[in-house]
Amino acid sequence: MKNFDSKHFKIKVRKFLFGMNFVDGFIYKIVIYTLLVSFSYIYLYPVLFMLVNSFMSVDDLINPGVKWIPSVLQFGNYAKAIQVLKLPGSIVSTTAYVLKVSVAVTISSAIIGYGFAKFNFPLKKTMFALMLATFILPSQVTMVANMLVFRNLGIMSTQNSMLLPAIFGQGINAAIYILIFYQFFKTIPGVLMESAEVDGASHVKIFLRIAIPLAIPSFIIVFLFSFVWYWNETFITALYVGGQVTLPLKLQAFRSSYATLFPPGSPGGELNEAIMMAGNMLTILPLLVLYFFAQRYFVESIDRTGITGE
Amino acid sequence: MKKLKMSFASLGAKIKKAFLKIWEPIASFYTHKVSVVFEKIGYALTHNFIIRKKGLRLTILGFIKIKITRKNREAFFGLMFILLWIFGFLVFTLYPMFYSLYLSFHEAYYSLQDGVITTYIGFQNYLNIFRSQVLLPLFGTYLGKMIIAVPLVVVFSIMIAVLINNPIKLKGLWRTIFFLPVVISTGPVIAELTNQDATSLPSLQDSSVLIYISENLGPWIANPLETLLTSMLLILWYAGIPILIFLAGLQKIDSSIYEAASIDGASPWDRFWKITLPSIQPLVAVVVIYIVVSMSLFVEAGGILDMARTHMLVGAPDSNFWHGYGYSAAIAWVYFFLMVIIMGIFVGILSIRRKEK
Repeated sequence: MKNFDSKHFKIKVRKFLFGMNFVDGFIYKIVIYTLLVSFSYIYLYPVLFMLVNSFMSVDDLINPGVKWIPSVLQFGNYAKAIQVLKLPGSIVSTTAYVLKVSVAVTISSAIIGYGFAKFNFPLKKTMFALMLATFILPSQVTMVANMLVFRNLGIMSTQNSMLLPAIFGQGINAAIYILIFYQFFKTIPGVLMESAEVDGASHVKIFLRIAIPLAIPSFIIVFLFSFVWYWNETFITALYVGGQVTLPLKLQAFRSSYATLFPPGSPGGELNEAIMMAGNMLTILPLLVLYFFAQRYFVESIDRTGITGE
Repeated sequence: MKKLKMSFASLGAKIKKAFLKIWEPIASFYTHKVSVVFEKIGYALTHNFIIRKKGLRLTILGFIKIKITRKNREAFFGLMFILLWIFGFLVFTLYPMFYSLYLSFHEAYYSLQDGVITTYIGFQNYLNIFRSQVLLPLFGTYLGKMIIAVPLVVVFSIMIAVLINNPIKLKGLWRTIFFLPVVISTGPVIAELTNQDATSLPSLQDSSVLIYISENLGPWIANPLETLLTSMLLILWYAGIPILIFLAGLQKIDSSIYEAASIDGASPWDRFWKITLPSIQPLVAVVVIYIVVSMSLFVEAGGILDMARTHMLVGAPDSNFWHGYGYSAAIAWVYFFLMVIIMGIFVGILSIRRKEK
């Protein structure tokens, strides 16, 4: 009896550990979760580093014994960083600027994507290929001449120098957005459009009344992506718009603004890494909040580009 | 967690509702007010001496005659829809491209009074790049970094995608974590993280790998390897979107193929190499292009792109160090050329392997 039991137990244990075909066993699961946890640790390490270091006092920064848990939570770092970044105001101004540009990019790429998806015209394939090819063209190649174009148009150093290319479908990564809309509008059956046409709707009306209400998820995705990418763009924005329009650009000038606000030698005049990290956290915080609420749309985005083929 | 998800869903519905609420008046305003006016303008436009519309015939300037067919009308409306893009492409992309190519063969400086002053110097700018003690090593490091880092990111993202594709709990959470860097990686934040050594593998600083590499290998391979190891996390951060691409590809594989293979006695290892990898292979080319582009477009302080900007902004005829618009354009073109070559090499290797099969 006892013998039988141990045999039974052995089989049970083996089944528990290795499963029916190894993939559903316990060991396999442990391996997968371990790998995932360690990879996500690698991924989150910089963020955690930022978060932890932003709360550290100067003593904790120097002390090699303190790595993950600060001995005192220094909220003063954040107070200083808020002062340097001029926070409530600069979030509003950044959002206003980024909102303007990303809404422009979203609407224009919807129109262009619809044009590519639903109509046949000469040279369509060539133009579509060129449109996709603009993705790999670095903006640094065109920046030299674009500066001159913008100067001639009189929009250099204004926000229009970002807005105008966005309206004309040449914004940052606009090829991806157009591709997303193109793929979506291609899935709408042409019969729907034709029946509306028979009822006497013009192409513009069909676009406004049928295509756009159907494409709201694509609108949200494209808007979110363009918002994030315009927010994070610093090179072109600094060059064309100049100044410190966005929060990341303010962060770039953090050291010099800190020096003017708290001159060296005055109390609290020493800029330490903790305050820098607090500034970084504050800069990415709006996007983190946005990501937290809308992560479903971000994560679904790739399926909608149709790269994987149907 | 469930409550949160519910609130997200209701939020999405609310956004949709609000969007429709805003959209309805705009659309109805357009149909009742704007399009009426446009129709009148359209009538005036189609009944004048330049364009005359009579029945189904359109006469332009009296001698070009076009028949209005369904096909022609569709082509017209299609072109109207992408007119925005055509115009933008010509003005903001194609013209600047060729103008910067033209400038790269010139010595060009900007002055507020006279605009751009150019003098033709042939290939001098390009030769100067190859003579430069600063730029040439940068280009070398860039090439080395690309050649090592791109396969690394591809392998890493395939690995993560396969892991997430397993029947595991909290799938959404894992996807969220691995996509996070796309949302928060902006130039200044990354620069600051690099400054504070938060971008290398946490245990790497404690080991002596870096010293070993720099002492025992030639600088041509040690430099890219060192930058690679010290910015390992940043490089892995580029895997955010590739992971999603591969994941989307993996979910398209029919599960009955796996079942058939496992009945025939294939181990998970075999199944990965014989089924999973071949079916996501076409996506690798897309991912490679994406990674090369996004890595190349990241601007480091003191990197090639940063140098190009400084040359452009600071360059003046009497400056010994900064050579103005033409030089900057030449740098950008060499960089772009290298980018395309790297993409070509990787995509070429992938397609050779496919042909052998």
